[in-house]
Amino acid sequence: MNESVVLDKVTKTHGLVKAVDHVSLSIQSGEFFSVLGPSGSGKTTILRLIAGLDRPDQGDIVIQQRVVTLDPPHKRPVNMVFQHYALFPHLSVFENVAFGLRMKGESQAMTQKAVSQMLALVRLQGKEKRLPGHLSGGEQQRVALARALVNRPIVLLLDEPLAALDQQLRQEMQGELKRLQREVKATFICVTHQQDEALMLSDRIAVMQGGKVLQVGTPREIYDCPVSSTVAQFIGLSNVLSGTIAHCEDGLCRVEHEVLAPVKVVCSPHDSLQGAVTVMVRPERVHVSSDMSANGYDNMFTAIVHQVVFSGNEVVYHVRLRGEVIWIARVPIAEARARPLTVGQPVYVQWRAQEGLVLPAHSTPC
Amino acid sequence: MKRMPSSFLVMSLLVMLFLYLPVVILIGLSFNASTMGVAWKGFTFQWYEKLAMDQGILEAALNSVVIALLSTGMALILGVGTAIGLETRQKRQRSWVNMILVLPLVIPEILLGVALLMVFVLCQVHLGFGTIIIGHMVFNLPLTIVIVRARLRKLDPAWEDAARDLGATPWDVLTRITLPLLRPAIWGAALLGFTVSLDDFVVTFFVAGPGSTTLPLKVFSMIKTGMTPEINALSAVMVVVSMLCVGLSWAVQQRSTPVSSVSSY
Repeated sequence: MNESVVLDKVTKTHGLVKAVDHVSLSIQSGEFFSVLGPSGSGKTTILRLIAGLDRPDQGDIVIQQRVVTLDPPHKRPVNMVFQHYALFPHLSVFENVAFGLRMKGESQAMTQKAVSQMLALVRLQGKEKRLPGHLSGGEQQRVALARALVNRPIVLLLDEPLAALDQQLRQEMQGELKRLQREVKATFICVTHQQDEALMLSDRIAVMQGGKVLQVGTPREIYDCPVSSTVAQFIGLSNVLSGTIAHCEDGLCRVEHEVLAPVKVVCSPHDSLQGAVTVMVRPERVHVSSDMSANGYDNMFTAIVHQVVFSGNEVVYHVRLRGEVIWIARVPIAEARARPLTVGQPVYVQWRAQEGLVLPAHSTPC
Repeated sequence: MKRMPSSFLVMSLLVMLFLYLPVVILIGLSFNASTMGVAWKGFTFQWYEKLAMDQGILEAALNSVVIALLSTGMALILGVGTAIGLETRQKRQRSWVNMILVLPLVIPEILLGVALLMVFVLCQVHLGFGTIIIGHMVFNLPLTIVIVRARLRKLDPAWEDAARDLGATPWDVLTRITLPLLRPAIWGAALLGFTVSLDDFVVTFFVAGPGSTTLPLKVFSMIKTGMTPEINALSAVMVVVSMLCVGLSWAVQQRSTPVSSVSSY
């Protein structure tokens, strides 16, 4: 498969802050690639570097086997959807979408045709003459997409494309983005701080923090095998225990915690972990019940139900283990209905050894 | 503001009266048939008719309009450019530049007039239209820059980024994005500058030469030979024209395209 965009040891500083610090990424053509990270992690800078709006201090950017590091934005086969869309407020929807074609000097007939097609693709027919200020948030989003896609970019950059939309519209637009990508067959690079969005949309995800890429992988890889506790915590709510490895045998480790009884975790053989580690268990893998189940759970602790949060299709229990350790368990609604738990009730918290993840406590980004 | 206490309402009415009563009386007297004093002797248009026939006044009015147009036009070209240049600079340089720029608007006009005259005499510049236009630009330029910069600061930098991303060169960005979005401010500055130039007396008084009499200078010289109803009529015309211009200037700045890029929904 050929590479669409390659970042080679790219560094960009804003004043004293290294917004992007020696980042190397290789994005395949036709891929939906997400850059996930908290605000200030440098993800927007990555987009601006690819678009050519900023120039890197060091490193190279390659688009379609061509080094474009020093090229101005209008010489790159790349277009961007800005965070708040940045639609031109004095131009109609039609003129906004036509802007790129006009800059290229396309004929009036060709522009007319391409813009109409694009507006049909994003389902905005009949709104050509409106000004952006008279459109809803979702419609503005579609105009921004059309304005970028009408130029047939090889790479489409999306900066927090759904952040400004309300929940229902967001879900609608997620499907819409996937559909658009299939139809225009471009590489989509999307920056977001919403892990669910990244997991749902992406073919691959790069997790960033402090200007560095912590991990690149498919949503599954990132979710199931995070390389560090930072990634794990960022990609989904996790239960965390820090402790020390006491004993490892046949891929099964005993991790000692200062208050709790030792925790059993499965270790992959290629990990050579020693000393201080972090054990993580995803909330949906934690079993909470008022009686001791005999289903072969390797770890079992007693706890008190601290809080019960109902969220429609599931119930989230916050339970307090010994030593004020709060543990979170997500239980499907059917199960929670069958065996309801109430605040203050003593319970057993259990999980299997293979459902825990053991990571070095102070993991360094790869 | 939901409900104003009635005492404030009375106060604001009194202030309006205080501000506009002289103007109203002046306009009223310009229709007074009496040649002397303020006693009402009946309604007449004769002073306006006389005004329209007075070659000296018409010539001065034409001078004023030409000077106002030229000084405003040149101030616009230089001012818009300067404003755009200043807004792209770093923040630190801005604060003292701000100070220096508005200085001509706050130092006493008489000093400005004397200083300008000294410069012209030193450089041996012939006093006339040119010197008046330059003199008016000294206050028209800061005016333009202040108004245009205020608008520039409200423009979202993402618009420029978006335009560049869509293939716009710096020139395209200027002509298709920045200037169209600045249009209300440019019109506002133009109308205001035109008015200020039209009405200026002090600076003009110092830097004018023979044969370059403007309307305010004409009014002044007429008053020296005695107050006539014709002056009332001329003043009334000037007041109405000025107020129309300023009103228009305000209106175009209000009725501008929304500058926020975030939807109002």
